[in-house]
Amino acid sequence: MFRIRCPYCGERDQIEFGYGGEAHIARPREPEAISDAQWADYVFMRTNTKGLFAERWVHSAGCRRWFNALRDTATDRFVATYVIGEAPPLPVTQGADDGAPVEEDAEAAADLAGGGRP
Amino acid sequence: MTRYSLWSLLREGFRGHTGWGPVWREAEPKPAYDAVIIGGGGHGCATAYYLAKEHGLTNIAIVEKGWLGGGNAARNTTIIRSNYLYDASAAIYDHAMQLWKGLGRELNFNIMMSHRGVLNLAHDDNEMRQLKRRVEANRLNGVEAEWLDAKQVAEYCPIINMSPASRYPVIGATLQRSGGVNRHDAVVWAYARAAHELGVDIIQNCEVTGLKIEAGRITGLETSRGTIRTPKVASVVAGHTSVIGAMAGLRLPIESHPLQALVSEPIKPVNPCVVMSNAVHAYCSQSDKGELVIGAGIDAHLSYTQRGAFPVIEEEIAAVLELFPIFSRLKLMRHWGGIVDICPDASPIISKTPVKGFYLNGGWGTGGWKATPASGHALADLVARDEPNAIAAPYTLERFTTGKLVAEHGAAAVAH
Ligand SMILES: Cc1cc2nc3c(=O)[nH]c(=O)nc-3n(C[C@H](O)[C@H](O)[C@H](O)COP(=O)(O)OP(=O)(O)OC[C@H]3O[C@@H](n4cnc5c(N)ncnc54)[C@H](O)[C@@H]3O)c2cc1C
Ligand SMILES: [Zn+2]
Repeated sequence: MFRIRCPYCGERDQIEFGYGGEAHIARPREPEAISDAQWADYVFMRTNTKGLFAERWVHSAGCRRWFNALRDTATDRFVATYVIGEAPPLPVTQGADDGAPVEEDAEAAADLAGGGRP
Repeated sequence: MTRYSLWSLLREGFRGHTGWGPVWREAEPKPAYDAVIIGGGGHGCATAYYLAKEHGLTNIAIVEKGWLGGGNAARNTTIIRSNYLYDASAAIYDHAMQLWKGLGRELNFNIMMSHRGVLNLAHDDNEMRQLKRRVEANRLNGVEAEWLDAKQVAEYCPIINMSPASRYPVIGATLQRSGGVNRHDAVVWAYARAAHELGVDIIQNCEVTGLKIEAGRITGLETSRGTIRTPKVASVVAGHTSVIGAMAGLRLPIESHPLQALVSEPIKPVNPCVVMSNAVHAYCSQSDKGELVIGAGIDAHLSYTQRGAFPVIEEEIAAVLELFPIFSRLKLMRHWGGIVDICPDASPIISKTPVKGFYLNGGWGTGGWKATPASGHALADLVARDEPNAIAAPYTLERFTTGKLVAEHGAAAVAH
């Protein structure tokens, strides 16, 4: 069982949280302009890292806000949690075709996160 | 190799079992092979066997990072069935079913195959319609399946809670009589022994750490025990498929999740079949030792730790007790997890890749055990001929780009 530190509420039991999979996957801005392979990459392909991995969690039985976490999937140890829209506190390569980290839309992300800060 | 028979059993019985030899010989990695299979689970060993037996490729090796059959092969609950919805699924899972029927004889090994029947319960009208549709689809594909009403369910498996007052009353079920369970390690050993007999090298404690690729073609692999040259590599590593894929620069449509299972203390035979329920979300069979073998769905998060979380177990147990109130006083004996490789359409990948000579078999998720013989058979064909046969053809990597998915609802949720 994990103990997860919600950036808004503090540390709680895993059972209070829902999982959102890989973080920092940006929806293509012009889906009609990209190739089938790029669309497949966005919809289906996942980094599925063994090691340091950025992922999304939602504090469903608490503040109900989404946030990101860095966790080592080889040990299940949480390294950090951080607010949507922030860059991961350690570099991770995931989320895009070329392996480069994706820029998040900071404004939209802040909306998503309810504009709040811890 | 000693042939196992009643005679050999009697002879060894009289000599105090001193004459049983090792089942296969540990091999040192050679500098080069005609083909190398990464992963010594059920699917990897089956692939090696069919490559040697049906395609005459005997200068080949299985490289396994741990011990043979210590991955999901050792951790699964061995439910065998072939009642999947779509044609592509029926073709591969029923091919496996037909192979399972003769496998013990073919490999001269008691794999404890027990065709005791698999029930998939329906708890509401919608589920009933879906399951009946599946029965009809199965029959059109020549897959054995039938529908039982509530009374017939109670007769087939008397310990199921049939009370109409229960939260999710049982209103019927599909039954596949040829479905059942077998012995996981016996299957792996049987394939390994037969493959070894045909000349296949089995190399344990040998982790693949990199792939050698020159001009878009595989030329060998790096392992914890040195470099091996080979023109053909087949990755059959289940939960680690993305890790090997990344060594070839591939991004794959796979996520690795923990899947947990547990067994109770042994009791006298009470559960005559395999019972699965999607809505209540658990399944249960009874091993020959008498333990109840219990499983459910995956943990939601990604992980490579072979460990899941307690809330999943709690739900699993609640579900099992809803279906079988008579188990409420039983103690649990053991509990474990494996890492399953989930594809978005709940169907596997048996495919060539953009790297010539590098083949992928993975994405079997929570339900690949039942397919072991057919998976190995189809992959061996692909490796030998460099072309997929009719069974493997729908399971390409390209389907995630073309959109021609095999969205197999028969494999959804708890139904491994
Ligand atoms: C709890 C649980 C219950 C299940 N129940 C069922 C069920 O009832 N019915 C069903 O049909 N299926 C079930 N499954 C799924 C089934 O177990 C798998 O789909 C199937 O076993 C996978 O194929 P395998 O046997 O070849 O995998 P594995 O046995 O996992 O073999 C893969 C091997 O690759 C090795 N490997 C990984 N990386 C490397 C590397 N870098 N170098 C060398 N070797 C490597 C691993 O060590 C491992 O031994 C279940 C799975 C789990 C975890
Ligand atoms: Zn919170």
